[in-house]
Amino acid sequence: MMAFVMAIVKRDLLLILRQPADILNPLVFFILVVALFPLGVSPEASILAPTAAGIVWVAAMLATLLSLELMFKLDHEDGSLEQLLLAPYPGWSLVLAKVLVHWLISGLPLVLLSPLIASMLFLPLHALPTLMLSLLIGTPTLSLFGAIGAALVTGVRGGGMLLTILILPLYVPVIIFGAASVAAAVQGMPIDGYIAILGAMLVFALMITPWASSAALKL
Amino acid sequence: MSSAPLATTHLLLVNDLACERDDRCLYQQLSFTLKRGDLWHVKGQNGAGKTTLLRQLAGLHSVDTGKVQWCEPKAKILYLGHKLGLKEQLTANENLSWLASLSTGSTQEQRYKALETVGLRGFEENLVSHLSAGQKRRVALARLQLCPADVWFLDEPFTSLDQQGIIEEQAWLQTHIEQGGAVLMTSHQDLNLPQIKVLDLSLHVPQVAPLNRPNL
Repeated sequence: MMAFVMAIVKRDLLLILRQPADILNPLVFFILVVALFPLGVSPEASILAPTAAGIVWVAAMLATLLSLELMFKLDHEDGSLEQLLLAPYPGWSLVLAKVLVHWLISGLPLVLLSPLIASMLFLPLHALPTLMLSLLIGTPTLSLFGAIGAALVTGVRGGGMLLTILILPLYVPVIIFGAASVAAAVQGMPIDGYIAILGAMLVFALMITPWASSAALKL
Repeated sequence: MSSAPLATTHLLLVNDLACERDDRCLYQQLSFTLKRGDLWHVKGQNGAGKTTLLRQLAGLHSVDTGKVQWCEPKAKILYLGHKLGLKEQLTANENLSWLASLSTGSTQEQRYKALETVGLRGFEENLVSHLSAGQKRRVALARLQLCPADVWFLDEPFTSLDQQGIIEEQAWLQTHIEQGGAVLMTSHQDLNLPQIKVLDLSLHVPQVAPLNRPNL
C-alpha cells in the first residue's frame, strides 16, 4: 500500500520536474493577486493591514482552485488512470496519493510563501505564525475537498467551471475560519477556537474525501 | 469428479450480459466462459461495443444487466486499451518502471530485457514523446513481457504496429495461452492462431425496432 502511494507520488513529482509550467502557474497567480492589491486599492498600511488576512486566504483559495482540475485530468487523458484503478490497491489510497501531490505542489508552497506575501500587505508580525498555521491546516483541507470535485468532473469537457461551482460551498467555511483566525491574532485575541475548527474540518475532509473521490472516479 | 479441475481452469463466467449506452442497447444475452488457455477474439463493427465489453469485464465499466463472475478472485489482469497509459514526459524505462510498480515491481534489467523483446533496444532512455506511434505501442506492449498476469484484456493491440510487430505479438499471445494464461482481445485483423474462439457481437444485437422517435 505504502509502496503504491509512494510510486504515484514519485512519478507525479518527476513529471512536475519535467514540466514545471503547469504547477508554477497557480503560484505566480497567487503572488500576482496579492501584489496587485496595494496597486489597485491603496499602498497605505492602515488600509492594507486589516484586510491582509482575507486577501491572502482568498488568493490561496483561488490558486488552489486553479490547479485542481489537473489532479486527475492528465491521467485520465493518457489512460494512466485506468491502470491506477485496475491496480490491486483500494481506490482511496490512489486518492490520498493524488491529494498529497497536489498539496505538496500547491498548498505547501503557499504556506512557505506566506511570510513574504504577508509583509507585502503589512500584516503585523505577531500574526504571522497564525497565518502560517492556519494555511498549514487549511490548505490540505482545500486539496482534499477539491479532490471530490476533481474526480467528479474527470472526463467532462469544460469541467473547470463546473468544478468551481461544485467545490465553492465546501471552501467557504475553510476560508471564513482561516481568515478569522488571522484577524483574531492581529487583534491579540485567542485563536484556539478557530484553529480547532480548521482542524476539525481537516479531519472531516480526511474521512469523507478518499471514499467519495474514489467512488466518483469509478463512475 | 470433474468439478475440481473445472474450478481451477475457469477464470471468468459471463452470464446474460447486456450493455446499454445512451438509450441504445449495444449487445444483450452475452454468455461465455473464459478458461485458462482460451483466446477470445471479440469481433464487431465500429461502435458495436467491443471496447465497452472489455471495460466491463476488466471492471472499468459498471455491469447493470447480467453477471460477470470471477472464479479466481485473485486472478491478475492486464488491461491495455486505446489509451496506452504512458506519460509523454517520461522515458520508456521510467514508464515501464512505474507501470510495473502497480503490480509486481521490476528491476532495471528486466525492463531493459522487455524493451529489447519488443524491439526498442537503444530507446530505453528516450522520452516517450519522442517515439513514433508504433514505438509507443511497443512500449505499452512491453508490459506483456514484464508484468505477469493471468488474463490479458487487449483492445486493438495491433494498432500502428508494422507487419513484423503483428507477427511477433501473435507469437506472444500463443505463448501466453500455452502457459495457461487467457486472452480476450478485440481486433479488426484476422488472427493467424489455432484454437481461437470468436465472440461476434453482431450476433447479440437486439432484434427490435428502433426506439420511438418524435414524429418530424
